[in-house]
Amino acid sequence: MNYTWDWGILLKEPYWGWLWSGLGWTLLISLGSWTLALVVGIAAGVARSMPARFLPAIASVYIQVFRNVPPLVQLFLWYFVFPEIAPESVGLWIKRELPQPEFVTAIVGIGLFAGARVAEQVRAGVAAVGLHLMPAALATGLRPLQAYRLIMLPLGLRAIFGPLTSELLITVKMSSISLTIGMLELTAQSRHIENYTFHGLESFAVATVVYLLVGLAVTALMRALDRRFGATRYRREAAT
Amino acid sequence: MSDFDWGVIARSWPFLAEGMALSALLVAVATAGGLVLGFGLALMRRSRHALVAAPATAYVTVMRTVPLILVLFWFYFLVPLVIGRPVGSLASALIAFVLFEAAFYCEIIRSAIGSVRAGQTEAALATGMKRWQVMRYVVLPQGLKAMTPLLLNQVIIVFQDTSLVYVVALRDFMTTASVVASRDGRPTEMYTLVAVVYLAICFSLAKAVEHYTRARAA
Repeated sequence: MNYTWDWGILLKEPYWGWLWSGLGWTLLISLGSWTLALVVGIAAGVARSMPARFLPAIASVYIQVFRNVPPLVQLFLWYFVFPEIAPESVGLWIKRELPQPEFVTAIVGIGLFAGARVAEQVRAGVAAVGLHLMPAALATGLRPLQAYRLIMLPLGLRAIFGPLTSELLITVKMSSISLTIGMLELTAQSRHIENYTFHGLESFAVATVVYLLVGLAVTALMRALDRRFGATRYRREAAT
Repeated sequence: MSDFDWGVIARSWPFLAEGMALSALLVAVATAGGLVLGFGLALMRRSRHALVAAPATAYVTVMRTVPLILVLFWFYFLVPLVIGRPVGSLASALIAFVLFEAAFYCEIIRSAIGSVRAGQTEAALATGMKRWQVMRYVVLPQGLKAMTPLLLNQVIIVFQDTSLVYVVALRDFMTTASVVASRDGRPTEMYTLVAVVYLAICFSLAKAVEHYTRARAA
């Protein structure tokens, strides 16, 4: 293999700064889309498990559509198509006044994709805890929504800490697709450095290690949260 | 707003079909290669020798934490360097897909093998079978049955993943549509079409898998 390695080049400006700002955007997009995914995913997951007819149907359509279209296509729909087919005033506002349009689009696109996956986990969690708790909760005088908020959801979410960790990791990786609409996140910046220096292998190696570190940190954080709040704690206490 | 031109789809149809053929090729190669390599990795990870198991574990962990786009970039630059001449983005993308998806297939195969109870292996060994015979005649047939739904779901995910070859300018279905979208200035029509086609294919495949799983369980 005919390649001259030069790791020092990554420590030079502007490349060092590019990597850091790339990491910053990766984290911001991941956090933003994860927050959106949790909100939408919990709402849709709860709606899906309800005994009514209308809400579960809407949630189910959302989940099927957003799980079965590749995230890159969804991102392009939000970026190129949505402003065109939205009501004219909304479309114009998006095109002219929306601050950081690529960043916002990335969060919406990735967040709604991840939300559909989170919704399936939430539904599974609520089902695992047992919908049979519902009559008991209602018998104590709670309203259905209160029963969900105070009993089904806390127990259901505790049961799915593991799957949610995987979904969060997928969201972090998915943030890289935002480079297609011009976000200079970590993967884009490492590519950018290749363009300027022809030392792509070094910059890709650094990006790979950074993704690994982020992944390890996320896993450790979720494990700590699981120990503090999750179902494993209750299993352990039950065992002792 | 009012001037949609859906005729652009009919005009670009042959070009789009070529794109879909490339997507299908990527899925086929990634799945076939990924399964073979993934099976090898799964056997390595189950080995009792740390020297065999550890590299496979490290490989799978890295591939599962890194975005596919970064892996595509890696091989886009690495493959020509290793081979010593330009090979085109298709060869690099095929290699990247096989190596990337192998990590995911490995985990599916590993959990399937693990789902066959240890007593089965012990009993088979007690009858005098060799280790490979136990794997071939006792563990794999049962494991394969357990993992079929997961494998089929992974194929659907791989199909969605192939759209990412957009970043190395390989002309799959998604990329051909985007070429037409910018050439003819028709992003709304083209990206809507892309979404509808992917949705139709992935949704019906997912439903078929669900149906198959339920029919088998009954």
